[in-house]
Amino acid sequence: MNTAITFTIDGTTCTAETGMYVIGAAQKNGIYIPSLCNMDGVAPRGSCRVCTVRINGKLMAACTTPVSEGMKIENDTEELRDLRSQIIETLFVEGNHFCPSCEKSGNCELQALAYRFKIMVPRYPYRFPVREIDASNPKLIKDHNRCILCKRCVRAIKTKDGKNLFAFKNRGHKLAIIIDPSLASSITDELAERASKVCPVGALIKKETGFAQPIGSRTYDRSPIGSTVELAATSPNAKETAL
Amino acid sequence: MSKPVIATASLAGCFGCHMSILDIDERILDLIELVEFNKSPVDDIKTFTKMCDVGIIEGGCCNSENVHVLKDFRKNCGILVSLGECAIMGGLPALRNGIPIKECLEEAYLHGPTIEKGNKIIPNDDELPMILDRVYPCHEIVKIDYFIPGCPPRADLIWDALVSLVKGTPMNLAYETVKYD
Repeated sequence: MNTAITFTIDGTTCTAETGMYVIGAAQKNGIYIPSLCNMDGVAPRGSCRVCTVRINGKLMAACTTPVSEGMKIENDTEELRDLRSQIIETLFVEGNHFCPSCEKSGNCELQALAYRFKIMVPRYPYRFPVREIDASNPKLIKDHNRCILCKRCVRAIKTKDGKNLFAFKNRGHKLAIIIDPSLASSITDELAERASKVCPVGALIKKETGFAQPIGSRTYDRSPIGSTVELAATSPNAKETAL
Repeated sequence: MSKPVIATASLAGCFGCHMSILDIDERILDLIELVEFNKSPVDDIKTFTKMCDVGIIEGGCCNSENVHVLKDFRKNCGILVSLGECAIMGGLPALRNGIPIKECLEEAYLHGPTIEKGNKIIPNDDELPMILDRVYPCHEIVKIDYFIPGCPPRADLIWDALVSLVKGTPMNLAYETVKYD
């Protein structure tokens, strides 16, 4: 049975139940821990490490670490802000993130995190890797220039009969997402829509839907990512807009 | 005290960032009170006539002339600012970075659908700047002091950043204005 526990985040006493991960427990207490690969309702993966926190002095991923009694968690510190910023900057230079021409711009979680962390320019040199675009499927475009290999599509998207539409191929720096071509040829509009929403960046785009929202009304145009979590803490009636 | 002197240039850009400078609307009258322009397309001064306090660079470096102008700006400006995505990360011109330069030139001058028949040459004249192997962000060529993102950067962002810079006040840039698109 789940039992109530108390722990602290940056000195603030929080309460939760056992069986929760640190990131979810923090969210319940109105504290936002930034993350990219984590998604509500999908088993955590801990691949992006953006949610790195210090738990009892040790660096750990908040999305894969179960919360426990008496944990002392550091979240919003100078050190962690810089560590997270470094990860985000690395992701920007590692791929080809041309925000001005990307359909996901404004709704992109990677971009939104960069806005939240006030990144004006990455501290690392741009790599400009050569990556492929696969537009052969009738409903989905897969643009590997933008993929951050968070595996959200692999973990969250299944066809009606439980088959995987997405998978990883290769290893190391050649690691890439592949779409099952025979399954992809018959997916519904709804599934294609969901796949493009599950993707935190613009690597999966539903065809013929780009640039539908005007600039100014997109998800992260006016309020930073995580502000709904923080807002929920100050006003209990604020609705959570989880993905 | 004399006014701070500003210089601007557009390298491998589309002049959209300069348009966004003009987009500050009637504040342009305040700007004239606040600063003096030197080498810039805004006043059409072609060469530096004195040391400038702030140099604003739009666009990345796609050819030898861009590099020359950028280095000239570094020499003649106390503070150098990258304005817009192209200056910061190469922008849309950098979409060619994954394509070999030979292929780019052949597509543009030999095989493209709009090439006139019997007129197929790749321009190669001493007068023309050499195209670089890829498009480089400005800060990979010279030291850049500040970065103002956007495509184009919002006029309010340019205004807030520039006014803070020339007045020496802290930069409190509004969330709504700092965007990459």
